[in-house]
Amino acid sequence: MNEYATVKGEIGAVKARSEKQGSAGRAAERAPAERIDSRRGVKDVMETVMKAVFVVCGLVAVGFVLIISIYLIISGLPAIREVGLWNFLAGTNWDPANKSGNAEFGILPMIFTSIYGTCGAILIGVPIGFLMAVFLSKVADRRAAAVIREVVDLLAGIPSVVYGLVGMMVLLPLIREGFDLPAGDTLFAAIIVLAIMILPSIISVSETALNAVPREYEEASLALGATELETYFRVSAPAAKSGIAAAVVLGVGRAIGEAMAILMVAGNVANMPSLLSSVKFLTTAIAGEMGYAGDLHRQALFSIGLVLFLFIMLINAALNLFLKHNKEGS
Amino acid sequence: MTDKTIIEARDLDLYYSDNHALKGVSIAIPQHQITALIGPSGCGKSTFLKTLNRMNDLVPGVRITGTIEYNGEDIYGRDVDVTRLRKQIGMVFQKANPFPMSIYDNVAYGPRTHGIRGKAKLDAIVERSLRDAAIWDEVKDRLNKSALGLSGGQQQRLCIARALAVEPDVILMDESTSALDPISTSKIEDLAMELKSRYTVIMVTHNMQQAVRVSDNTAFFLLGELVEYGETERIFSHPQDKRTEDYITGRFG
Repeated sequence: MNEYATVKGEIGAVKARSEKQGSAGRAAERAPAERIDSRRGVKDVMETVMKAVFVVCGLVAVGFVLIISIYLIISGLPAIREVGLWNFLAGTNWDPANKSGNAEFGILPMIFTSIYGTCGAILIGVPIGFLMAVFLSKVADRRAAAVIREVVDLLAGIPSVVYGLVGMMVLLPLIREGFDLPAGDTLFAAIIVLAIMILPSIISVSETALNAVPREYEEASLALGATELETYFRVSAPAAKSGIAAAVVLGVGRAIGEAMAILMVAGNVANMPSLLSSVKFLTTAIAGEMGYAGDLHRQALFSIGLVLFLFIMLINAALNLFLKHNKEGS
Repeated sequence: MTDKTIIEARDLDLYYSDNHALKGVSIAIPQHQITALIGPSGCGKSTFLKTLNRMNDLVPGVRITGTIEYNGEDIYGRDVDVTRLRKQIGMVFQKANPFPMSIYDNVAYGPRTHGIRGKAKLDAIVERSLRDAAIWDEVKDRLNKSALGLSGGQQQRLCIARALAVEPDVILMDESTSALDPISTSKIEDLAMELKSRYTVIMVTHNMQQAVRVSDNTAFFLLGELVEYGETERIFSHPQDKRTEDYITGRFG
């Protein structure tokens, strides 16, 4: 606010000065204004310097994105060129460290695993997160909602390695025994961990959207004889739909980019995904194999990074589209 | 025109936490007439209006004593289904508040909520309601367009259509023209006068000319009390209470 006031003050001073130049005869009457003017030198320098600092800070972020993009493209392309785009994207075998010289670099199982895992997490996480957002925004009394909101924020703050750890210690034995498997490390376990991890962002973004629904809409619905639940689901939620869509896209982005937690529960075998088999995600391939990979294998991991990067770019573009639509809608 | 009482409040007191907002209000509102509630801001007229469809229930810390009978039934009775009460006693708000949906869906919302499904049935209700609200000709070609694209006056008439679509008995209008230009206001006033043959209209208004123009009865509220109530003509020509006289002659408020 202060910054803004200063800028406005500057504009005022500039105006005053140009008026003064226009009518020099009246300058004498404006002696006090002259004194205010005399400090402009120092302030002007500060303004210019600060503006430069802001511009540099802005450019740093843009610069990093550019550097990362260029680096990923440069380091991701050689392996794709060597393996062949089709063999790389559509190959079903991932055996990059084969000692007998028959290494294979097909990442299709991982692409499918990442897509299935993300979809599964969304299928479980979005309904729960949405209902919780409705609860927090509309149903719960204010004190209970405040406590629950704190807890949800806490959930967002837990490091992903802790999610992985808990999943490993609690979830995997349950799945192993529940489904009578030799090991609990499965796509299913990863989906559940991911679903819990995306809950906080889904809850908070949808709650914000629901809170922004004008109270008048709800009153109109209630006055027509709708019950509160009918009102929330038939008026409030549709009115907040673009915000809720943004929450879903945000959840997709988080789920597809997550590596650490699912590295610990997914089993890390590059099978074509099925719910109760061990799987390897795009992210976990990079995180798990970079430590020992060499030559082409290492380059192929960069190529996976490039694929992942493109996925996330797409999701971000979708998110921006929703947010833009949201703004135009209101 | 009958003089049958449709709503009768007796010794109604209402508190918002510690604030005594309505004090011993007793009033009998006749069917198929327009009753205007006037008074300065904060006098309790809107609060009283909202007790009639129990919209005050939504305010935390509200407490009500006394009775309000609608067709002889206590609306604050234990077995009252509030949603059915609100279906019978519809409301049009101060600010036009159409849902962010199509014009058609706005009007069809109420009937759908009350279980009417078939497309032909809904079409008929939507057309009838929009005709009754004198807006059909303006919107019939864009029923599937967003209601938010209408002008303020059109939006308010759409809200009236939406309220009519659930076939209420009573329509409460809470300063429903205060945000509108004079032409839109007069359209809504004409509409209210047409509607009274089939509905009972109770309107809160800040505009005393409006009360004179459209209402049959006027109730003057001040500081939570019902000061004077009677035929509009009589209230404005021979007010019996000094406070009423002061208010309608513009000496305060």
